[in-house]
Amino acid sequence: MKISFPHMGHSYIAFKWLVENIGHECIVPPEPSKRTLDLGVRYAPEFACIPFKILMGTYLEVAEKGAEVIITSGGMGPCRAGYYWVMHQYILNELGKDLEIIAFEPPLCDLKDFWRKLHRLRKSGGLSVREFIQVIKTAWEKIKAIDDIEMRSHEVRPYEINRGDTTRALWKALDMIDKANSVKEIEEARQEGLKVINQVPQDLSRNPLKVGIVGEIYVVLEPAANHYIQIMLGEMGVQTDRSIYLTSYTRESAIINREEDIFAVARPYIKEAPIGGHGVNSIGETILYAKHGFDGVVQLAPFACIPEIVAKSILPKVSRDYDIPVLTLFIDEQTGKAGVQTRLEAFVDLLEKRRESKKRERLVV
Amino acid sequence: MAKIGIPRTLAYFLYFPFWQAFFTELGHQVVVSPPTTKAILDRGVEDAVNDACIPIKIYHGHVAKLIGKADFIFSPRLVSLRRHGDFGTETFCPKFLGLPDMIRVAIDKLPPVIDTRIDLKPGKEELLKACQETGDMLGHEGKEVLAAYKKALAVQKRFNQLLAKGVLPHLALDIIEGKKKEEDLNRDGFDLNIAVVGYPYVIYDPYVNVGLLKLLEKEKARVYTQDILSNKILNKQQKYIPKSLFWYFSNRAVYGGLYFMKQKDIDGIIHVTAFACGPDSMVDKLLEIECNKHNKPYLTVSVDEHSGEAGVRTRIEAFVDMLRYRRATR
Repeated sequence: MKISFPHMGHSYIAFKWLVENIGHECIVPPEPSKRTLDLGVRYAPEFACIPFKILMGTYLEVAEKGAEVIITSGGMGPCRAGYYWVMHQYILNELGKDLEIIAFEPPLCDLKDFWRKLHRLRKSGGLSVREFIQVIKTAWEKIKAIDDIEMRSHEVRPYEINRGDTTRALWKALDMIDKANSVKEIEEARQEGLKVINQVPQDLSRNPLKVGIVGEIYVVLEPAANHYIQIMLGEMGVQTDRSIYLTSYTRESAIINREEDIFAVARPYIKEAPIGGHGVNSIGETILYAKHGFDGVVQLAPFACIPEIVAKSILPKVSRDYDIPVLTLFIDEQTGKAGVQTRLEAFVDLLEKRRESKKRERLVV
Repeated sequence: MAKIGIPRTLAYFLYFPFWQAFFTELGHQVVVSPPTTKAILDRGVEDAVNDACIPIKIYHGHVAKLIGKADFIFSPRLVSLRRHGDFGTETFCPKFLGLPDMIRVAIDKLPPVIDTRIDLKPGKEELLKACQETGDMLGHEGKEVLAAYKKALAVQKRFNQLLAKGVLPHLALDIIEGKKKEEDLNRDGFDLNIAVVGYPYVIYDPYVNVGLLKLLEKEKARVYTQDILSNKILNKQQKYIPKSLFWYFSNRAVYGGLYFMKQKDIDGIIHVTAFACGPDSMVDKLLEIECNKHNKPYLTVSVDEHSGEAGVRTRIEAFVDMLRYRRATR
């Protein structure tokens, strides 16, 4: 089968490897571009959120390249994203595209369905169960390595002396991971990649501002959707930490790792959880970032995202109570890079002023 | 005795009889906000987060209207009314889930909010528990609450029976309150049958949809909505779509639409949707595609802060003309 999948940050490197090693042909989804979005906007419902539109465009693009099957995730609500594959399939059928979407619903909801779909992928690829498990494990290692490398790049970027060095090093490191073919090779590539990033010339005397990034998973994870906000902030000299990584759940060291805790943290502000997507997380994570001494928080969400609207309406109170500025960016097809940049620059200016005046206050005391 | 304020929007149109009877039976006075007006909407637009949809903004406006008139605002956290959907996880729209928290943050000088959590997924008996909790907050004993609960159920049942007879909810509410008599309802003189699907707070609030139902009546079209169908009929439609939606009101609208588009005597379907409604972006496209498949005329009326009566009327008239023409040529 010719298989494709949604583009989400750098994860395509691991998914491409996975699809190919199961024994299928992989149609790698192109990074979402203006054309992707235009295609998506043309066929998607007007008020669907931007992830829907980008995915719609991506599916149409990979269909042109000959993809037969799309693998994606389902969901149990109440976020709309869990229904997207159904709607995408409806629209693709209506357009007469011969493209089948296989959506993996959360295994806890329907284990049988989950196994059936896995079985189908494995059988048609011609792998034994043991080989299949090994391939999945290796792909997971790849995702982890990719996340490690990306995280490190965001730590280093605000210190870089020559603008753009870190991003170039990041691509070099990702390329190493891309070429690795076994758990052992991935580990080596990871070490080597981290080294490449660490070797970027840095000015360690800087004391960068720290900004946390919270919000809806797709626009947080897909740089092409959020106008490379982490790189933009990094190059303004701001250190960013984002709440969501594909491998977040397995990380004990990250500031934000366990979902139950997040709900408890957010409880004084919203008594219901979950409310779909990362709505409650955005509230809880803002509180955690404030407690960890971050200078500010950026909330990223697609325009008309239901859970994030609930979060946005409650965040002003969190912001007041914890004395942490929050900038909400709702992203849609009209959002331009320059607009995002201007708002971020103003936000960063504000954070710098706050830091200075706080320092002065301390000196006076 | 306390004054309990209930906003005249959202769940009001389907579940008000229950809560009115419940609070009245407990000896309280129920204060309902006046029907939606421009002033209410404007106040809502001011208070609510700007990205919210019209119904949520209007809700904020209604709540603000009750300040000074009620001792408590009754804004239950509507989570779910049944175990339904492919994974049994059906809920209300996420904005409903966070609504009590949203109004607390957004509106100043708010009286205490009764935000009883209503989640009937585990079973119908949860409703009694929710009532007990509400009664507790107002200082009532279990026995009193039980009696009020039973009375409320009976009133709601009468209301539901009226719906089953084809009486639309806003008229059924009038009948329950004694403002209108069942016999007076106009049932003749229609020559078209149009199904209107959508959320109760959009279809039955004449301010939001700029008098859509009246317009249709004037055009001699008899209106059917999903709310006059029994749950049994609605739920049967589940099997015609690959996966049911996650939201209670959306499922009702979709199932209603699916049912009506298979009925020969229904001439056309109108879906009324509020600007920037999240769930409706799915509902609308799904109904549109399914209506195409069933060769049933379909019209989407999208309403927002700026909807004008003329705009909606023009579209309705054109649609009705088209349906008449279609009927004549068959």
